Amino acid sequence: MEIWFSVAVGVATACGVFLMLRAHTFTLVLGLTLLSYAVNLFLFASGGLTTDSAAILGDKAINSDPLPQALVLTAIVIGFAMTAFACIQAMRARSESGHDHVDGKEQRDISTKTETP
Amino acid sequence: MLLDHLAILPIITPMLLGIVLLFARLHENMNSQRVIAICGQAIGLLIAIVLLRTVIMQGPIVYQLGNWQQPYGIALYVDQVSALLVLLTSLVAFCAQIYSCAGDDKQGIFFHPLMMFQVAGICGAFLTADIFNLFVFFEILLMASYSLMIHGGGKNRVLANSHYLFLNLLGSSIFLIALGTIYAAFGTLSYADLLLKAQNIEGTQLLLAQAGIFLLFVVFALKSAMLPLHLWLAKTYSATSAPVAALFAILTKVGLYCLWRIHGVVFGSGTEPLSAPIMEWLSPLALLTIALAVVGILGSKTLRQLASYLIIASVGSLLLIIAQHNAQASAAGFYYLIHSTLAGCAMFLFAGIVVRLRPKAQDRFVSTRALPSAGLLSFIFLVMAIAMIGLPPLSGFIGKALLLKATFGSSWMMTSWALILLSSLVTLIAASRTTSHLFWKASGDAAETDKVHNLELIPLYVIAFLLLCLVVFANDVEGFTQSAAQQLHQFPLPQMLNLKGGQ
Repeated sequence: MEIWFSVAVGVATACGVFLMLRAHTFTLVLGLTLLSYAVNLFLFASGGLTTDSAAILGDKAINSDPLPQALVLTAIVIGFAMTAFACIQAMRARSESGHDHVDGKEQRDISTKTETP
Repeated sequence: MLLDHLAILPIITPMLLGIVLLFARLHENMNSQRVIAICGQAIGLLIAIVLLRTVIMQGPIVYQLGNWQQPYGIALYVDQVSALLVLLTSLVAFCAQIYSCAGDDKQGIFFHPLMMFQVAGICGAFLTADIFNLFVFFEILLMASYSLMIHGGGKNRVLANSHYLFLNLLGSSIFLIALGTIYAAFGTLSYADLLLKAQNIEGTQLLLAQAGIFLLFVVFALKSAMLPLHLWLAKTYSATSAPVAALFAILTKVGLYCLWRIHGVVFGSGTEPLSAPIMEWLSPLALLTIALAVVGILGSKTLRQLASYLIIASVGSLLLIIAQHNAQASAAGFYYLIHSTLAGCAMFLFAGIVVRLRPKAQDRFVSTRALPSAGLLSFIFLVMAIAMIGLPPLSGFIGKALLLKATFGSSWMMTSWALILLSSLVTLIAASRTTSHLFWKASGDAAETDKVHNLELIPLYVIAFLLLCLVVFANDVEGFTQSAAQQLHQFPLPQMLNLKGGQ
């Protein structure tokens, strides 16, 4: 189980980082979302992976660690809010500059562009 | 009764006031918003002073949130260092809030509530004694800073904010991975518990711990604008409005404080500290940061860019102090930190006035018509330049002298001295260039339309007065920073919580 879990986290992280290396806000937001999924899974596993273990002390022999679950819940909520904000920011940047390149200008424009302060 | 909860008041007060300011009635009325916001910042200042006084008189305070006991509960921990930084935050926020009432708060909605949330987040990051709690406060202060950053809108701000936002979201992801790794290695996230467990960690846990600590270092390096991760700062700070940039002068100090506390003390104590490999990197990185700032200062095209690179230079100097890793150096660092935060804040506020008075040229270094009340403004700039360069009689001189003394005898001494002195010289050149463009080369009479607003000048007077106080009471301030540095490096929290060592 650990192997599959770590492969899943690794693949999601790799895809997220790959998408974040693009210079367009749309792919950036997608990459960020994937990365935050990977991070949440990683955080969830930081207390050790167990199946069929009790959430409350005393019910069973094996207990799961409750703290990573609390952490991941907080991280999901914050990550969700941040992604929503990133979407709004991306849309705002799109409407201000006319396209979704992060620098506000396409690559080919750089040579002809005059210097702005 | 209220004094029992003193430790949490710097977080709760601005947060509640921020919520109150969102109420529809208030939100429509700008005047009452301004009154409440300024009163709120004044109350925050008062609380911070009382907190600092209490900590000096009675020693560090531990506040258990919800009365859950350690190691399960989350604690707030106030010692002289965190109290000092909270006071500095309140001061800077107070100045920025007064300045914003001159008109910057009318460019968009919700300016005052956002300022309140920003202050709550920064104070929280300074007061908490738990790494996950630190992450939460980081997110609060970042969320407020994204919104403040684009306040007023405009293409420039929105695009600069894109970079700032995505970089920090990536930083938050790395922070969470670091947290997970550290939790897996130590089984705890509270500073006190981590300090104890870091003493006898070994085997694979040690490797995990070091990976986590390194990732955490990357996050704090991003927040404090250390060399390879500094690129966002100049662009962001020079695009946003003056009061926001002035408040952001304290933001890099959050990252520095975390490095100081977590990498310097929590993982940096004992015979073989876990953060030792990172601490070796810190000196060269700090020196490169100063070197880059020197180039940036010479190359800046606007006053706000210049102010941003001055902030990066001060970050580099403070990193150098953190790398020394002893109480003597930290004491010098705190003195310089107080000075550089206040001076940086003043610089951005001044740049804001220049931008407003020169609608076309803004703060670019080009000659235009004379500024209205140029005499007064040039005098203010002279005072600030003296402080920034580090000339006597202002506190910059003592700050830089203490920096040089603190790095005396360290392994990088020659390079450090050369770069610190070079950065002063370069600041002098940049300041003269600014003066000649803004004041001396001005042609014709001043435009009659715009005047300098009194609300814009009051914060500058306050800061100049404080910088003067830093010199007049230099001995007392240095005595205080020394005891604060002692307290930081001893870190009595585990004993205060009655925690036992070992697993």
